[in-house]
Amino acid sequence: MSRPAGGSPVLTIRDLGITIGRPLVHGVDLELRAGRIQGLAGESGSGKTLTSMAVLGLLPRTATTTGSISLAGTELLGLTERQLRDVRGRRIAMVFQDPSASLHPQITVGQQLTDHVRRHLRLGRAQARARAVELLERVQVPAPASALGRYPHQFSGGQRQRIAIAMALACDPEVLLADEPTTALDVTVQAGILHLLREVATERGLAVLLVTHDLGVMSAVADDVAVMQQGRVVERASRAELFAAPQHPYTRQLLAALPGSSLEEAPRGL
Amino acid sequence: MASDDPAPTAAAETAPVLVVDGLVVRYPGPPPVVAVDGVSLRIGAGEVVALVGESGCGKSSLARAVMGVERRASGTVEVDGAPVAPLGLRRRPLAQTGVQMVFQDPSTSLNPRRSLGAQIDDGAAVARARGSATAEPAVWLERVGLDPAWTSRHPHQLSGGQKQRVAIARALAAAPRLLVADEPISALDASTQTAVAALMRSLTTAVGAALLFISHDLSVVRRIADSTLVMHAGRIVESGPTELLWDDPQHPYTRSLLGAVPVPDGAGRIPAAPTEAERATWGDPAVPERA
Repeated sequence: MSRPAGGSPVLTIRDLGITIGRPLVHGVDLELRAGRIQGLAGESGSGKTLTSMAVLGLLPRTATTTGSISLAGTELLGLTERQLRDVRGRRIAMVFQDPSASLHPQITVGQQLTDHVRRHLRLGRAQARARAVELLERVQVPAPASALGRYPHQFSGGQRQRIAIAMALACDPEVLLADEPTTALDVTVQAGILHLLREVATERGLAVLLVTHDLGVMSAVADDVAVMQQGRVVERASRAELFAAPQHPYTRQLLAALPGSSLEEAPRGL
Repeated sequence: MASDDPAPTAAAETAPVLVVDGLVVRYPGPPPVVAVDGVSLRIGAGEVVALVGESGCGKSSLARAVMGVERRASGTVEVDGAPVAPLGLRRRPLAQTGVQMVFQDPSTSLNPRRSLGAQIDDGAAVARARGSATAEPAVWLERVGLDPAWTSRHPHQLSGGQKQRVAIARALAAAPRLLVADEPISALDASTQTAVAALMRSLTTAVGAALLFISHDLSVVRRIADSTLVMHAGRIVESGPTELLWDDPQHPYTRSLLGAVPVPDGAGRIPAAPTEAERATWGDPAVPERA
């Protein structure tokens, strides 16, 4: 598959509005570019997860959307469920906070990976298996060939997240949505997953939307950051700019809530 | 955990609230596992001690064994000089209700069918029965930053952070001498996490209780704990005043752990994941406790 040049727009969100009973997301503009990681920060309830769900067409039926979400020229809002199924998992992949959510507990890792690539890429059995081994190698799961025969629970949390990333990469998607991908992991494991995300984004020209509340994680891997509050993007900047000179009061407040800054509610004795 | 600080804290002057000696927890297997391998620790009144380490290091087993929920293979646990008995099927004797726990997931630790007021009053009733001072549920709601008018509400009407505040209110209403909190903030949202952790610190220290705070979130620990215990493979490999430990970690495991926390400086640096060679050094004997 031909790849868009690094930095060219892949997914464009324009003036996105989401209403579920009441308006929850207002006028969100975001542009995901090939090989770049766009961070999306904000507290829970700020609309960051709703925005990523809208891209996947996974909003509840009662939701109404306005605006536009365009994947390389194709409008996604208004697609039928059948049309969306062709996009979801194949052209737009996702990784969640809990890797168990992306993996079936009673099916071997190999079966899940090969089913996935056979369905979307129409590969033969042997080719699909070779692809599965190659994917597990890429995400650095040890002994990939024997890993294929094991079940998700036989892996550690970090390995499961690597396998979930392998599933996400299986069909060579253009866009990866990663919602709090390291929040449930130990810091020592998190570092490895962040390196992996950064590498695959660069080498595959993957446009990544990284939703995280952890500004340390944001600072480590995001190229650009948008900050959401109460359903709106209140600030948008390059990573370096955002951390050096936050403009919006809410961004300053988020940065002030970081470790190392003073704790107003209960001052330390030191 | 008392320090030889020139200006001694209250903890250093008085007898510790919690004394754990040579605690061992084993799971039969196969394969048999020694989850807690001879841990000793002390926490003074009004002192906040954090227990950190990766998943599987034994921190939850340690917490549960302190509470008497997990069977102790050997070792002793005392609160205010009295042994904490293993928890059986029956209600704990009144004298031992000075030990309270806050769990990770407030949606499973609160009863969905009972009002917030009734559940907080469960804690307060225990305190009153012991003759300890407590307050009305509405006052506790206010102390944990919620609306005092919410006593008749039910857990499902609250967000995760609000529910955890109620669980904290219930535990503190029992006027505990020791509060054990096992990952109390990991199910909560970021900005909420810091606020709830700060709240736990301020409320427990205000009543002079001891707080054992277990977390894999090192950033929060750094902000709220007076001292920190680092646990690896069932042992405390390093301990000391939090700032000292942070500024000058001695044990290779502590160094790897702290070195893996990404710094929010906008520099785009991903911390190095520990190498196999580094992991091999983690099994080294514990470094001596620092004053």
